[in-house]
Amino acid sequence: MSEQQELLKTLSDRFGQKISEAYLSFGEPVVKVGRDSLRDLISFLKNDPGLSFDMLVDLFGVDYPEAEPRFEIVYILRSTRNNKRVTIKTRTRQTGMDTVSDLFKAAEWLEREIYDMFGVQFVNHPDLRRIYTDDDFEGHPLRKDFPLQGRDYDKPFTVTLEEERSK
Amino acid sequence: MEKRGIGMGIEDSVPVKMVDFIINWARKNSLFPVTFGLACCALEMMVASSAEYDIARFGAEVFRPSPRQSDLMIVAGTLTKKMAPMVKRIYEQMPNPKWVIAFGACASSGGIFRSYSVVQGVDQIVPVDVYIPGCPPRPEALLTGLMELQKKIQKETIKDRPLITLPGKTA
Repeated sequence: MSEQQELLKTLSDRFGQKISEAYLSFGEPVVKVGRDSLRDLISFLKNDPGLSFDMLVDLFGVDYPEAEPRFEIVYILRSTRNNKRVTIKTRTRQTGMDTVSDLFKAAEWLEREIYDMFGVQFVNHPDLRRIYTDDDFEGHPLRKDFPLQGRDYDKPFTVTLEEERSK
Repeated sequence: MEKRGIGMGIEDSVPVKMVDFIINWARKNSLFPVTFGLACCALEMMVASSAEYDIARFGAEVFRPSPRQSDLMIVAGTLTKKMAPMVKRIYEQMPNPKWVIAFGACASSGGIFRSYSVVQGVDQIVPVDVYIPGCPPRPEALLTGLMELQKKIQKETIKDRPLITLPGKTA
């Protein structure tokens, strides 16, 4: 049994029914979990002394417009001590997704990116604002129903500086 | 167009034209670009200022670290809508007289980025004097653009670009 399969077994033993799917993809472990147990799973992976997944490599979203719940959130963790990776996938609606920014500081901006691109609201996030698009932007560009070039992309774009507004 | 200034048409007189000539000559041969790049075009701009292409031959080699010490803005690269307020602020912070070069396809027209996040040409937020095409343009293209700007400056009159601008007034 490879190290990756051992990791999957450890997680299945501990979380049981809460893990809906656990498999190897290209030799790397992938775990699908309900969003209610997501924080438990991630904090276990992070804090367990044997696993110590101490680095959040990436955190991103996927839009499945036909599916319910619509959005998939993917977490990629890495253990710098054991040189291992694990991918965690969960499904969520637009609201009610828990933040992991208290566990991994890096998640703060990555969750802002997901909010910006998909409109997923993270509960208890310290500063949930748009991060890439300008503050007045409307819509969420990475949703499948967003037009490719955006609305009004070719309309004249004007900038009003703060100091000009006060005049 | 109605004549402004003193109102006697002396703007067209020989002494004023001589003053114009001298002032424009001084202005065009000592341009101070602001150190400022947005994307890959900025690398071509940096190369143009190095020994190989030597923008110093045209008197524009001193890239000032502050817009308040500059009179030329080379917008080199893709201008996103998120970045647009900063670019406009840099332009507003530059003292008069000031000129703008749109360097590259993205700065001129948005380039390949026909997209919700990119300003389709910096002329939408600041007045542009010279457009340089290319993706990215070679450093020689920047030198050509600079020479075109110099020709343009030589045609100006102090009527349009006063020697002294009081605070709060625009040229």
